[in-house]
Amino acid sequence: MFRPFQPVGYGTRVLLGVGFFVFFVAFWSLATFGGFVSRTFLADPLTMVADGWYLLSQRGFLYDIAMTVWRVVGGFAIAALIAVPIGIAMGTYKPIEAMLEPFVSFARYLPASAFVPLLILWAGIGETQKLLVIFIGAFFQIILMVAGSVGNTRRDLVEAAYTLGATDRGIVRRVLMPANAPDIAESLRLVLGWAWTYVIVAELIGASSGIGYMIINSQALMATGQIIFGIIVIGIIGLISDALFKAVNQWLFSWRLA
Amino acid sequence: MSELVIDGVGRTFPGVRGGKPTTALQPTSLTVPENDFVSILGPSGCGKSTLLRIVAGLDHPSVGKVVLDGREIRGPGPDRGMVFQSYTLFPWLTVEDNIGFGLREKGVPENERREIVADYIDRVGLHGFERHWPKQLSGGMQQRTAIARALANNPKILLLDEPFGALDNQTRGLMQEMLLGIWEREHKMVLFVTHDIEEAIFVASRVVTMSARPGRVKSIIPVDLPYPRHYTIKSSPEFSALRSQLTEEIRSEAILAAQEQ
Repeated sequence: MFRPFQPVGYGTRVLLGVGFFVFFVAFWSLATFGGFVSRTFLADPLTMVADGWYLLSQRGFLYDIAMTVWRVVGGFAIAALIAVPIGIAMGTYKPIEAMLEPFVSFARYLPASAFVPLLILWAGIGETQKLLVIFIGAFFQIILMVAGSVGNTRRDLVEAAYTLGATDRGIVRRVLMPANAPDIAESLRLVLGWAWTYVIVAELIGASSGIGYMIINSQALMATGQIIFGIIVIGIIGLISDALFKAVNQWLFSWRLA
Repeated sequence: MSELVIDGVGRTFPGVRGGKPTTALQPTSLTVPENDFVSILGPSGCGKSTLLRIVAGLDHPSVGKVVLDGREIRGPGPDRGMVFQSYTLFPWLTVEDNIGFGLREKGVPENERREIVADYIDRVGLHGFERHWPKQLSGGMQQRTAIARALANNPKILLLDEPFGALDNQTRGLMQEMLLGIWEREHKMVLFVTHDIEEAIFVASRVVTMSARPGRVKSIIPVDLPYPRHYTIKSSPEFSALRSQLTEEIRSEAILAAQEQ
């Protein structure tokens, strides 16, 4: 069973995957119901579910979820729309790379969360500020990852296209872009995951709605069950968006899996 | 009348990190008239691929020039179709879209493009595989598609850089026959780089042998075997005589090349 790369059957795979979740919840239950951890600091699973139901039915938590999702998707989409073309240009044309690469490499280490106070001064505590946090967090990462993929395009494919009469523009549009589309989509999937971290940070400070806002409010009420429910909701949404992204990628780029 | 003139073409690569520059190819001259099928035979490192890449316009000569139909070559172009040793089909395009790539780039209307593509699918025997992705094809089928892709552009000259190098012996033999069959009908100029002596003789009307490090043309040997050629010709006395002659030529070069390494 434990041979390197030995495949595992579908049933076993599901069983193992679900099993670990069960193990995790069991461990959590033992810690809380068993009285090893104070209820004040860590709610037990049942309290968490009850708190979650209370949030959804009484406190309009669905609206908060929707707000958070829209902020992530909005900020991420704007960043992707601008960053992907810049990344392609940077990967393709060496002078552009020489000019932008040092700055972008520097800028990507600037933590988006550190911009939150500054962005509140600039843009207030409205939606613009939330979108800007996501944008800053995603923008430079996408540029670098896209440029990296495009820069590593197989040279022999480019040469083959040239011998078939492709122009420089044709190389970009008909070789570099389709050749790297799957990698670019994969990079976007990764960055979208990170964008979820930034949105919560943005909502912890100066927000009046969203999952992060609910979490910081619950802290004041010592409602750890609500906090954990909020965190789990983020995890579930992340899982769903990841699965959707993967499915779309597989459908769009079936040539890779054929 | 088409004609390819390689005029004193040499290539020296600059030294890496202050090292000595490497001469890959000493000034070489060769004229390929219309309809000529020339094999370039030599041990690895003799600059035969460098020479082919210069003709393709993918590399620049350090000295000399290449002239095709009176026009000096300064870069790659659709008048010189190339098939590479590595599999270079575009993996995101189906077989038919790969073959039609150059035509689309040229702006050939779709109807006409379809006809030409279907014709070449036929000629390389890929009927039924039009909609397959390159990943789904065997190595031999991929190279057949690559040959069709190069020919669909109707180039003046076909450049082949060890296109069958990665194929097994039986497939290789069939590919040689297919290539020869296409050439016997189309009569294009062909430059065929290989290190396989039998292959070099079987397909070509002339075999150019090259010496190793730095590469230069050692001899040009005409192959006076009648067309159309059948694979059984490989066991004829004339073929055997040529094979022995070329084996001698290449062997001494291979020994020299091996000693230098």
